Formats: sequence, structure tokens, C-alpha cells
Amino acid sequence: MTEKSKKYEGPPPFEIALEEHGPRVHSWLVARVGPDRADDVFQETMLSALRAWEGARAESLRAWLFKIAGNRAIDEDRRTGRQPQPEGEIDSWPSAEVTEQLEDPVWDEVRTLPEKQRIAVTLRFRGDLTHREIGQAMEISEAAARRNVFEGLKGLRERIGNE
Amino acid sequence: MSELEKRLNGSPASGWEETRQALLARADDESLIDLAYERHDSPFGTLLVVAGDAGIVRIALGAESEDEVLDDLARRISPRIGRRGRGGITAARQQLDRYFAGELTHFDLPLDWRLTRGFRREVLHETAAIPYGRTASYAEMADRAGSPRAVRAAGSALATNPLPIVVPCHRVLRSDGAVGSYLGGSTMKEALLEMERGRAGD
Repeated sequence: MTEKSKKYEGPPPFEIALEEHGPRVHSWLVARVGPDRADDVFQETMLSALRAWEGARAESLRAWLFKIAGNRAIDEDRRTGRQPQPEGEIDSWPSAEVTEQLEDPVWDEVRTLPEKQRIAVTLRFRGDLTHREIGQAMEISEAAARRNVFEGLKGLRERIGNE
Repeated sequence: MSELEKRLNGSPASGWEETRQALLARADDESLIDLAYERHDSPFGTLLVVAGDAGIVRIALGAESEDEVLDDLARRISPRIGRRGRGGITAARQQLDRYFAGELTHFDLPLDWRLTRGFRREVLHETAAIPYGRTASYAEMADRAGSPRAVRAAGSALATNPLPIVVPCHRVLRSDGAVGSYLGGSTMKEALLEMERGRAGD
């Protein structure tokens, strides 16, 4: 009984967005705020999104969700008294004890990258964002996003030896 | 993908289902979910049972794609849709199981009719009154809904029934006795009629 007359372009069904993007947002938050706090920040992220769901659009959904996740992570840093970050920035890498809980020691090396490279690499690989989406989430150009991912990977190869 | 990229991608989040359910429970508590639905395995494939605050608003048969059904609900009611159980959905699922087992002849559920209007809604109201094991023709349904000549419109009302099985559009046949079409396929329609005939004759 679905009406197939015209394609629907409003906000997508929340459940579809949640199942498509939720695991990556959550995985990125595990890397960003640590496994213990990721569930709470993930809930705050998706509830914020749901409250503003009229503005959700399928074509820019991932970047939008990651931007909200970044902001909620900053809120969490402030709440727990971690060093405050400049307004509107997606913020720095989590503390050493958090990265030690991640599964692969390569993340210890990611932590040593310059800030923008570290954020771009994390969004690219924990968030699975495209360069365009990374640009939207970090509020930099697509070209700058691509460059930061590229330089970040180059830096990592130098640190862990060639593959 | 290079070895480095594989390591950076890591493994998918474990425990995702628990995370998803905890989120939806909270969203529902905060009244941020307008439509809740669950998947229900039946002898005719996986059904979707969708509820709003007022009752069951939509039942989708196995032949319909979940994404298309949800898109349609997002457009026509609200995109704040979550896959999550609610009391009304549980009751509907229990009654559906008993119906498919031949144990239930009359559904007793709060229904939300907002996906259908006007003449179509009249036809479906009349359809809901056709007793278990009985059938009617499209022409009879047009007549009962007050427009004897609107046979074709009655047909399209039944073809767009948002609450199949519970509102038994499968009990409406063509005047020549042919089964006619069914959203869940004519095989399913025949099987439901067969089951009801057997049980009604007990």
C-alpha cells in the first residue's frame, strides 16, 4: 500500500539511520571518549539528533551525526573536567589510559599525530566517513580533509615501519 | 585496502544490539519515538507490526520491503520511527500467532485508522465486519460502504489496506468467485481462506 508516486526527500526513518550509521558513530566515540563513557555520549548524541530530526537529510546524515557526536563529546569532557577545547572544534585525542583500551596498538601511534591529522584519521577509519563528510564534520574543505588523512597515514607508516 | 587501513578500521562495535535497545528505551521514555514497530515471524514470512500512541496503525506483509514501508510511514505520519516493543504491539503479535494457529477468529486490538480516509476508510470499516470464514464480493463492499457503483474504488481501498489480516481484506473476492489479488500474494490469500473455511466448519 506504499505510495510510490514521488521519492520521499524529508527526514529518513530514524531506525534506518540508526542501524546504518549508529555502529560507526558508537565506534568512533569509543575511540574518542573511551569505552566506559561511549554508551552515554552515544545516547546523548542520538537523542540530540532525534530532537532536531526535522533537519535530518539522508544525503548529509553521516557528517551531521558525527558533528553532533563531536559536540556531545566536548560536553562530556567539560562535565568530567578534562581540558576544555576551543569552541566548535572537534577536539583532541583522548587520554592515554583510554587509548590503551583500544584493541590495536596502532592507536598509540595515532595519538602522536598532529591534532587535525589525528581527528581526520579517526573520522575516516573509526567513523568510515568520506573526505567530503570529514570536511563537513571538521568544518574544513574537502581538499584539506583529504590532505589531513593522507598526511596522517604517511606519518603512521613512518612510525610503524613500511608495509 | 592496505594492512594499516585494515588495522585502523578495527572490528565492528560489539554489543551493538544492547546499545541500540538502551537508546530506543530512553528515546521512547522521553516521547521522542512517534511510531514503534517490531518484526513478527509468521507462516507467511516476516510481518511488521507498527503502533502509534492510539493503537496499531500499520501491518506490513512479508511481500513488502521494510525500508519502503518505513519511508512511507515517515512521509505520511512521522520519521521518528524506532524498532522497539510496546504493549499494543505485543498484544497484536500474540493474537496474530493465535490466528495463524487457527485458534483465534476475532481480533480485539485498538486500531489507528489514520492511514486511510473517506470512502476507502468506509470500505475497510465494512470489511472489518465480515465474519471469520465468510467472504464478500468487491461489489458488495462498495454497496455496504454506500456507493454501489464504486466497485473499482472499493477494490483500490482493499488493495491499500494498511491493516491486512486484522482488517480481513482477504475475505473479499471477485464477483465471479475468483480469489482476486492480494498484497501478500494470491497464494497467501487462498491459504488464509482455506484455513478459515476449515476452522469455521468445526
